This record gives sequence, structure tokens and C-alpha cells, in this order.
Amino acid sequence: MSIEITVPQNTRRGFLKGAGAAAAAALTIGFEWAATPRRAMAAAPVAGAVFAPNAFLRIGTDDSVTIIAKHVEMGQGAYTGIATVLAEELDADWSRVRVESAPADAKRYNNFLFGTMQGTGGSSAMANSWTQLREAGGKARAMLLTSAGARWGVPVAELTVEKGVVHHPASRRRATFGSLAGAAAKLPVPDAVTLKNPKDFRLIGTRVPRVDVPAKSNGTAGFTLDVELPGMLVALLKRPPLFGATVKSFDATAAGAIPGVVKVVQVPRGVAVIARSFWAAKQGRDALVVEWDDVNAEKRSSATLMEEYRQLADKPGLPARKDGDAASAIAAASRKVSASFEFPYLAHAPMEPLDAVVKLTRDSCEIWAGDQFQTMDQMNAAKTAGLEPAQVSINTLYAGGSFGRRANMGSDYIVEAVSIAKAYGADGTPIKLQWTREDDIHGGLYRPLYFHKLEAGLDAQGRLSGWRHVIVGQSIMADTAFAPVMIKDGIDGTSVEGAANLPYAIPNIDVELSTTRNGVPVLWWRVVGSSHNAFAVEAFIDEVAQAAGEDGFTFRRKLLDKHPRMKAVLELAAEKAGWSGAPLPKGRGRGIAVAEAFNTLVAQVAEVTVGADGKVTVDRVVCAVDCGIAINPDVITAQMEGGIGFGLGAALYGAITLKDGRVEQDNFNGYRVLRLNEMPKVEVHIVPSTEPPTGVGEPGVAPVGPAVANAVFAATGKRVRVLPFGGSLAG
Amino acid sequence: MSISFVLNGKPTTLDVDPNMPLLWAVREVAGLHGTKFGCGMSLCGACTVHLDGAAVRSCVLPLSAVAGRHVTTIEGLKSARAKAVQTAWIDLQVPQCGYCQSGQVMSATALLEKNPAPTDADIDAAMSGNICRCATYSRIRAAIHRAAVTIKA
Repeated sequence: MSIEITVPQNTRRGFLKGAGAAAAAALTIGFEWAATPRRAMAAAPVAGAVFAPNAFLRIGTDDSVTIIAKHVEMGQGAYTGIATVLAEELDADWSRVRVESAPADAKRYNNFLFGTMQGTGGSSAMANSWTQLREAGGKARAMLLTSAGARWGVPVAELTVEKGVVHHPASRRRATFGSLAGAAAKLPVPDAVTLKNPKDFRLIGTRVPRVDVPAKSNGTAGFTLDVELPGMLVALLKRPPLFGATVKSFDATAAGAIPGVVKVVQVPRGVAVIARSFWAAKQGRDALVVEWDDVNAEKRSSATLMEEYRQLADKPGLPARKDGDAASAIAAASRKVSASFEFPYLAHAPMEPLDAVVKLTRDSCEIWAGDQFQTMDQMNAAKTAGLEPAQVSINTLYAGGSFGRRANMGSDYIVEAVSIAKAYGADGTPIKLQWTREDDIHGGLYRPLYFHKLEAGLDAQGRLSGWRHVIVGQSIMADTAFAPVMIKDGIDGTSVEGAANLPYAIPNIDVELSTTRNGVPVLWWRVVGSSHNAFAVEAFIDEVAQAAGEDGFTFRRKLLDKHPRMKAVLELAAEKAGWSGAPLPKGRGRGIAVAEAFNTLVAQVAEVTVGADGKVTVDRVVCAVDCGIAINPDVITAQMEGGIGFGLGAALYGAITLKDGRVEQDNFNGYRVLRLNEMPKVEVHIVPSTEPPTGVGEPGVAPVGPAVANAVFAATGKRVRVLPFGGSLAG
Repeated sequence: MSISFVLNGKPTTLDVDPNMPLLWAVREVAGLHGTKFGCGMSLCGACTVHLDGAAVRSCVLPLSAVAGRHVTTIEGLKSARAKAVQTAWIDLQVPQCGYCQSGQVMSATALLEKNPAPTDADIDAAMSGNICRCATYSRIRAAIHRAAVTIKA
């Protein structure tokens, strides 16, 4: 929906002068704020009665169809997918469909896969909306038909629906949804509804254009960065240079002298400079002097941690999977293979640095954010503010990327913003907490550092008889509210996913986990455990295939007889990539890898060129994906493309390193990510399916690293076992 | 201190610290929010605007540097080539999270204004300074080629 925000000349920001004064007197900004706050919506008059049969849909008498999204739109296409599913069963006119974000509400808008909380993650938006939103649309359609039948005195069975219009072909009568909305609103909601046969889908399975793309192509899409409220102040927070350090004392004299700085306050995470503009807050923070107490801080280097992990890998861990007796099978094997792999800490580095706007009073707290864990954040905000969760409202805006960062159990950036508003005085002054890129890179909650050790045995016939995989690293879930559910018998499921669910038929499998503890805060990152486990598994099975004298595709394929869907994506990717065709010329190589993440299956074939200087160029990635029913093939394709770019950037360059506890990277110069000139040609092939849809936001990330590593081996005979490998085999 | 320049075709005077980066002057003083903050160090391109027609990073450009010059933000894009870019962006469904896309569109438009038929190498040179963490790069490249075809037609 389009709302107009008028900035009058007399606000503190209305400094426009000169010949443009007339135009500037009432600077009107067309603001396409699809994720509009409900309050802003209320400002837009709703014509006449409204039909709102459930928590996900409103039909206006003007024929507008508003679909309420309980999931955040952070690039993954959730708004479009959600709207497609509901509009399909409703038979809505797609051109009239608008999407609005849901308020935080654990009862009405919970994620079924998370239980009783509202949140987005684990590529779950489609899987958890599929039945709920089809039923929501189908029931609303049934009510509109009933009201049309009653109006015309004809049986509902004689009615058809086309693009938001109910037709009675026999009498050539028609009525738009809007004209029926008032009457439909008086009807009871049916208990059950017959959903469409998939062969009758009109939107699902088609390349419906994304609802957010026009506004994201002309600069009008509204992010948290763009929120401006009357009297709003901007805060920057100075955080400790070491994880676990705290404020000992601070001197705000110089900061306070910066024009525009309003107040400097201490909060649990550091010292905040609150100012009338970002620029003033930034200069104020630069001038702020803080003495830190680092007695309890983490002071080790990441290289030291990795050395500790390496030694731990030689000791038994806790069993995450035990089939047969892997140790004996490997001991008795004719050929043994072993390798170890190292993975760094990784930052998420979404393009929009973390930000949140908080308006706190003595009895209310309103939050604007690209919020990914609404009811967790609501709870943590309430606790920080000393309020009840019901007193906290959240306006979920577009998130400028997240990759998991905005979904964290401590709600770090939200809690910071609330604590700053509280320290400021909780007087209803809106305060925007803005992170800088340096804050983001230094800010912790990284994908954990991991060490992996793998061993395998081939029997006399060359069959893979035993597999042992030891994983060493921090638990993402430890000490969080999710620990009781996600940690079973000492095993954090997120540490071993992608390894414990090894798809290959091997008689003896041992997957062990050694969970470490240290002071570096960690979090999930796009595709979570598979971001390292899939690499270790898929790079190592390639080494085993080599030892068995077989190529990577054939060796994997033989082990996937009991996993037909995985086998199918493997075969499709290999076929489309020309795996069995002519070999590549010298200096080039192909590699293959598969992954199952969040019930979606992906296979990728990478083609690389390795120059005489050792420089690796990834030329092409062919991707096959099975995500059940393809709700929107173009969004699926885009998520595979983007996932491949994201995963490739990490494999080539991604690393957060610590030196004596201090993060060594600051910005995109030190924390390098993939750029346009490094993006390979990507081809995506979707497996036709009648299974319920699964997620696509994350799974495409997992196979690209090992596919590239295996391609590098094919080209050079050198294995990549330490990430990132820098895009070069030189040195 | 006042700095006068032409913003999106309109003579404009902003009365602020001349050291304030153009990005924040445009966003917080002029109230134009299409230009984004990504890195503050000219490393990511999210803040790209046009200065006398050339793509520049507004996050490191002090307001004083634009005195008397023409600044165009995404809100001020009007040329046929700019429209061709934005149409291609929609046709090829380029954006995902969308946060970097104002900068991408500004860099792509500056490229096509100078060079209406860029090669892949030209696109690499003009666009590699604009980071997209969603990695919409394949579609950005394809959309620039698409826009070039539109311009030629």
C-alpha cells in the first residue's frame, strides 16, 4: 500500500532553503511501505465494511485484498509466497493483492515448526504456511460464494470465481469480492473447506512477480533505516572491544560537546550516544572515552581455539549417530582414508546494518525493526523495559538481509535499543539505534568456528564399509531458551545437521560431537549446520570416491538407492552439467556435491578454472533442487542463485579471526564477500514434485563450497580442507 | 554553514556541518531515503548517487564537496536510460532484500548513460563496487544487458 508521509517545513529536519523552497515547503515522499505498521494503515481510510474472516486476510469494499504475513520479508520472497498460497485458494485478482506485516502475536501468528512463538527461520515460511493459508483462502472464498448465492437466490454449485469476481454463468450475473465483503462478513466461518486439486492451481507453480520488487527498484521500499518519527533521536552504542568486557568508567565530555549530541547514557552493553542525527551520534561516539573492565573477557585468538579443537578431535565425543560399529569396520578395512577440515567464524553482514526504532513510555513500548523473531523479541523487550509482553508492539518492516542474524534468542539489537530508550528516560521519545558496519563485523553472534575429523574404510570390494565423523565446536543453542528442545543427550541438533543425517547407505556410521565453550557469542547463519557439515561430508566423500577409484557422481549415486529424491537431484544436476560428457581441458575441473537442508534436496555441479598462478575462477554452477511443490519457480531460482553466491563468497573469503580476543576485521575490506565479477553463471533446475513445499532460502548455500573444492581437486589434484581458501591455491 | 547545490534538478541549500557526508545530508536533512547506508567507507556502493552524472559513494563525500554541483539520487532518476534500467530490474525480478538495489540501479544507470552497450567486462568494471549480500549479481548483469537492448531499440 502506498502511504504519503508529509514532512512539514518546521520540523527540525526541514532545513531546505533557497530556490527550491516552494517545493520543499511540504516535502511529500511517496512511500511504498508494504510492511506498513498497523498504525500507519489505520491512517489510510478503509472504505466501508471490511471482510476479515481470519487473521490473515482483509477484503475491502474497494476490492482490495490485504494478506497479512506472519513472516518477515528479508529477501527470501516470503511475502510473495505467502500471498500466492492464500490468493490461490481465494481466487483473488493478483493485481489487487497487497501484503501487510502481522503484529507480534504468539497465538495467532506462531510458526508451527517453532511451537508457540512467532518467527522466521530454518527456511520454514512456506512449509508452515502452506495448509494454514490455503485453508484461510479457501474458507474466505466459500463465504464469498455463499453470500453471492444468497444475493442471487442460486445454488453455490452454479457459481464460479475468476480473479476476484464471482460469476453466475447461467444468469450472466457477476459480483466483485468487494461488493460481497459486507454480506460475507456476517456469515459464520466454515469449519472445513475442500482445497483445490493442484491441477487447478492458477498462481501456484507460476512465476508470479514479487510483490516487493517495484518498490525495491525505485528506492521507495521502507526499511528500518528509513523510519522517521516526530522528535526521533539517533543512537550509536560503543561496545566493548573484547567479548565479555564491561564498562568500567567513561568520560562523555568531548562527546557531549559535539553539536547535536543530546545525551550519553550507560546501558548493559556499553555506552550510547544519543543525538539529533546519525552524523552527530557518530562523531559523539568517536569522541567518547570509555575504560573497559576486561577481567572476564575472552582473550584468546581464533588460532588458539582451533588448536584446542584439533586436539579435542582425537578424543571421543558424544554420539550423534551410531549405526553398527564404524571403528571396527575402519580397522578391518582394506583401504583407509582420513582428512580434517577447518571452518572459521563467519559474520552474516546483511547489507542493512542492524537497526531498530523504539518508542518507550512508562507503560508501552513500540518497536520498528526488520524483526525476525517477533515474539521472542517482544518478550526480551518487555523484560528489559520492565513491562508485560502485551505492552510491547512490534512493527515488522522489510529487513535488508539477515541470513539468521536478526533471529537471536537474546534479541541483542532490540534489547540494546530498548535499554537505551529506558536510560534516556522512557518519555516516549522515539530513538533509532543504528549499527555501523564496523559494529556489525565486530558484533559477535557468528557462525561458530569448527574443526572436523573424518575417517572412512573401504572393504576388499571397494565398498564404503565404515564412516567416522568427529565435529568439534560451540553449540548455538547452549544457554538459550531453545536449549531444552534443541539439545538432546548433550547433542545440539544444529551442530550435527548435515552430518548426522548423512544420506549415504553405509553399514557402519559414527558421528560424534565435542561441544566447546568459550566467550565468543555464536549464532546460526544461513543454512546453519550444513554450512560446515555439508562441506566436510561432501568434500570427504569425494576423497573416498577417489580412493575407491570412482568418480564423485557414480560413487555417490550407488550409495543413494534408499534416498530416491536425493538420487534424483544428483542425477539431474549431473545430466544438466554434462557430467559424463567430454572432459574439461587442462586447468579446468568439475566437482559435484549434494545437501539436504530443512527437507529440501539440492545437488550442484561446479566448474572451475585454475590459472597458472593458482587463481581459482568459478565459471559455472548447475543446481538441481527438490523443494516439493514449487510455489514460485522464479523465487526458487533466485534463492538458489543467491544462495550459491553467498556460499561461494564464504568458501573463498569469509572469515572472522580473533587476535588476543579482538576481531581483526572491521568492514567489507577485511571481511571480504563475493562481488559481481566473481559470480559464476548459474543454472537452476527444479524437480517436479507433488510433495508439500519445503524451504528454499537456505539450502542452496550448502553444496556450493564442496562442489567448488571438488572441482579444484579435479583441476589440480589439490584438496581444499581449510576454509576460506582465498580463491587461490598459490602459497 | 550553508552549502548550495542542485539536488535532483532543484537548487537546494542545506544549512549543516559541511563535513557531514552527502549520504546523511540527503537522508536526514533533505529527507530522501532511497539512498542507503551500508559501510560508511566507500566499500559497498549502497549509497551510490550521481555527481554531475558520475556514480559516486555519498557515504564518504563531504557535503562541502558538492557545492555548486548537480547531485542526483534514485528519487531524481528521470532519463530514458534510467527508466530502461528500472524496467529491466522489474522484468527480471532482480531485488531480493532490496537494500542495496538503489545503489545498484544508480551504478547501472551511470554506466549506461556513458556506455549504452556495455560488455560483460564493462559491467564487471562498473558494478563490482556494489555489494549485494543476497548475490543478485546474475540478474543485475542480465538486467543491464536487457536495458541496453531497450535503449538501442
